[in-house]
Amino acid sequence: MEPLSSSPGCPGPRALSGAVSNKVLGCDWTPVWTACVGSGWGRGGVGGRGGHGILAGPGRAGHVGGRSRGPAAHVMRLSQLRVTWVRPSSAVRSRRGAGSGLGLLGSGRRPLGRARWLTMRGGQDGARAPVLQFTNCRILRGQALLREDLWVREGRVLDPEKLFFEERRVADERRDCGGCILAPGFIDVQINGGFGVDFSQATEDVGSGVALVAQRILSHGVTSFCPTLVTSPPEVYHKVLPQIPVKSGGPHGAGVLGVHLEGPFISREKRGAHPEAHLRSFETNAFHDVLATYGPLDNVRIVTLAPELGRSHEVIQALTARGICVSLGHSVANLQAAEEAVQSGATFITHLFNAMLPFHHRDPGIVGLLTSDRLPPGRHIFYGMIADGTHTNPAALRIAHRAHPQGLVLVTDAVPALGLGNGRHTLGQQEVEVDGLTAYVAGTKTLSGSIAPMDVCVRHFLQATGCSVELALEAASLHPAQLLGLEKRKGTLDFGADADFVMLDDSLHVRATYISGELVWQAEAARQ
Amino acid sequence: MKLIILDHYSQASEWAAKYIRNRIIQFNPGPDKYFTLGLPTGSTPIGCYKKLIEYCKNGDLSFKYVKTFNMDEYVGLPRDHPESYHSFMWNHFFKHIDIRPENTHILDGNAADLQAECDAFEEKIRAAGGIELFVGGIGPDGHIAFNEPGSSLVSRTRVKTLAMDTILANARFFDGDLTKVPTMALTVGVGTLMDAREVMILITGAHKAFALYKAIEEGVSHMWTVSAFQQHPRTVFVCDEDATLELKVKTVKYFKGLMLVHNKLVDPLYSIKEKETEKNQPSEKPYGD
Repeated sequence: MEPLSSSPGCPGPRALSGAVSNKVLGCDWTPVWTACVGSGWGRGGVGGRGGHGILAGPGRAGHVGGRSRGPAAHVMRLSQLRVTWVRPSSAVRSRRGAGSGLGLLGSGRRPLGRARWLTMRGGQDGARAPVLQFTNCRILRGQALLREDLWVREGRVLDPEKLFFEERRVADERRDCGGCILAPGFIDVQINGGFGVDFSQATEDVGSGVALVAQRILSHGVTSFCPTLVTSPPEVYHKVLPQIPVKSGGPHGAGVLGVHLEGPFISREKRGAHPEAHLRSFETNAFHDVLATYGPLDNVRIVTLAPELGRSHEVIQALTARGICVSLGHSVANLQAAEEAVQSGATFITHLFNAMLPFHHRDPGIVGLLTSDRLPPGRHIFYGMIADGTHTNPAALRIAHRAHPQGLVLVTDAVPALGLGNGRHTLGQQEVEVDGLTAYVAGTKTLSGSIAPMDVCVRHFLQATGCSVELALEAASLHPAQLLGLEKRKGTLDFGADADFVMLDDSLHVRATYISGELVWQAEAARQ
Repeated sequence: MKLIILDHYSQASEWAAKYIRNRIIQFNPGPDKYFTLGLPTGSTPIGCYKKLIEYCKNGDLSFKYVKTFNMDEYVGLPRDHPESYHSFMWNHFFKHIDIRPENTHILDGNAADLQAECDAFEEKIRAAGGIELFVGGIGPDGHIAFNEPGSSLVSRTRVKTLAMDTILANARFFDGDLTKVPTMALTVGVGTLMDAREVMILITGAHKAFALYKAIEEGVSHMWTVSAFQQHPRTVFVCDEDATLELKVKTVKYFKGLMLVHNKLVDPLYSIKEKETEKNQPSEKPYGD
């Protein structure tokens, strides 16, 4: 690059950068570069013929040319530029009159505050992205419903105070939420399928089944989920797992956070609806048995196992070391075995009360983890609860909630029959029968997963426990995010988090669902 | 000076807000003519801000062509700290109204060169054509902004070390922990405030009563810097009953007697969005005559 030249009387930026700064001249002095007659604009980017892209970055102080909104640097020879120092007060602007000053300052509405022209700003694209402001709403933030606006930019929640004072910008678009509640999008960490799709069925095109479910659960307010596979033979895992990659959500559907593998390393007595033929143990080769069964674990997020199985501690430690969340379930473990499993790294309990030993006052079993004092310091256990009114008696729901409210994670444990009518459908390797809001293993009275959508679970939970709206919403959003270690990005509307949220009315019915600040589903009534 | 005495804090806040509203509307600001408003922080003006927000939301008042200059800011406190004056202004005022961000000016307590920051602030005020109306509060020690006792009455914007009194008064915003309260602040000077074309001081609460007495019934003294406004041509003191507890009965009765006249200053004018005559409509009075 040729050294910077300057026209007579014009010091040129390099000469200025050291000597002249905002501090000396005062914050509002900004240079206006006016083009001398005969010079043309070369839109060539840095390194254009003899030019130096000093004015990279649009819109900021000193930028000549009204429509410089794009990131391309306007290149000019410095010798062709004359600089005039102006202060952008309205009085000054109006007195400049026609001529180079006014037009080149742009529309006059853009702030020309602290001059930043001395630094080359390549990354201004983010700052140019439109800012969306959701008004007339209550947002769930900091465990409370606040009467605040939600600001979104580029798919993330934005800090409006920072925008106001640092960037000196207002929102580009405002959307009135009609007094609704904006809660973080729900996260379902246990869902076996739905709308006729069974995640545990090894088809050639598992992806489209996952996509269908992902799209349909948007109407339940779910913005992220963990497709769940029940106990299946190894061939199924080897075929299905690679077809369910982690994926961001969007208009196409909720995001896939990773697969939840429920089984086959579970207890025979507590297998519930899982097929007995495919249960396995890892006594022989511990973690290698696990790998042999599942195949590569890249897409796996949660594994449910029974800790009383031999060598479970090695397996739990190996899984946890890979960032996989280990959950205890379908087990006859006593409290001590469960505590040891937590000490090895387990962090979750799969559908509390179901498929485990009942609470006993001399050995509370896995349920006792909720109030155990032998957990690693600073950690508490999370536990899934199916709050559909069937799988757990409301009194039991209340006991668990009161014992340990911060660990409660609402899950649907939904089966493929979710969203379909009454009748017979497939779940894993078995047939199930749907009757109203309940699904049974065909021909028996064993419950076979739930068909209550997530928003129904949230409402039922709220009504059954009498807890606050904030806690009910957090149980479906913040707590699962905390379980998976995602609480900075998901399950929250704090600044910087992904703008995945649901618009709910006061009775917690879903009116609209947003992912990354984009409307991905809207209730019929709201569409008019 | 005009001393406006209302019964309660809420009425005093409302009166002050109406006065500001009327001043802005009468000024009729536009893109070539901005209304420059000086603003305070603290607990006293919160009620006034709430009312102004209400008028803005009703459409009676627009801040589109209003420029604001705040009085002060702590030194060393991060801008997004919940107790910084930036946060205060954002949460209590700016985020609810239609003011443009570039028209707000608050001193930056984290500037590399504090004195230069202060000088630049003075320059900004000058460039904006001076302050049309500066609204302020008063400290229990009679200070205006952070011009603590002993501050020169012709001072300009500068760095000030806070008096113990002020630190104690502010400790309640920092969980009562004295070590957390900033000890220095940038503040507009008494001279800067005197340059404003009009000054309005809000004084509510019994704990301010003695300061009010010193400010208006005693002489001009740098120990009670608010007293400097005795020499300002247009000052309005808005207070509630409790703040007058240390004044002479004669003073209070005199100014209460003038309320009939002073209340005309807050009669509703044509709102900015409505231009039709509605003079015959009886205006609502929050207090009986």
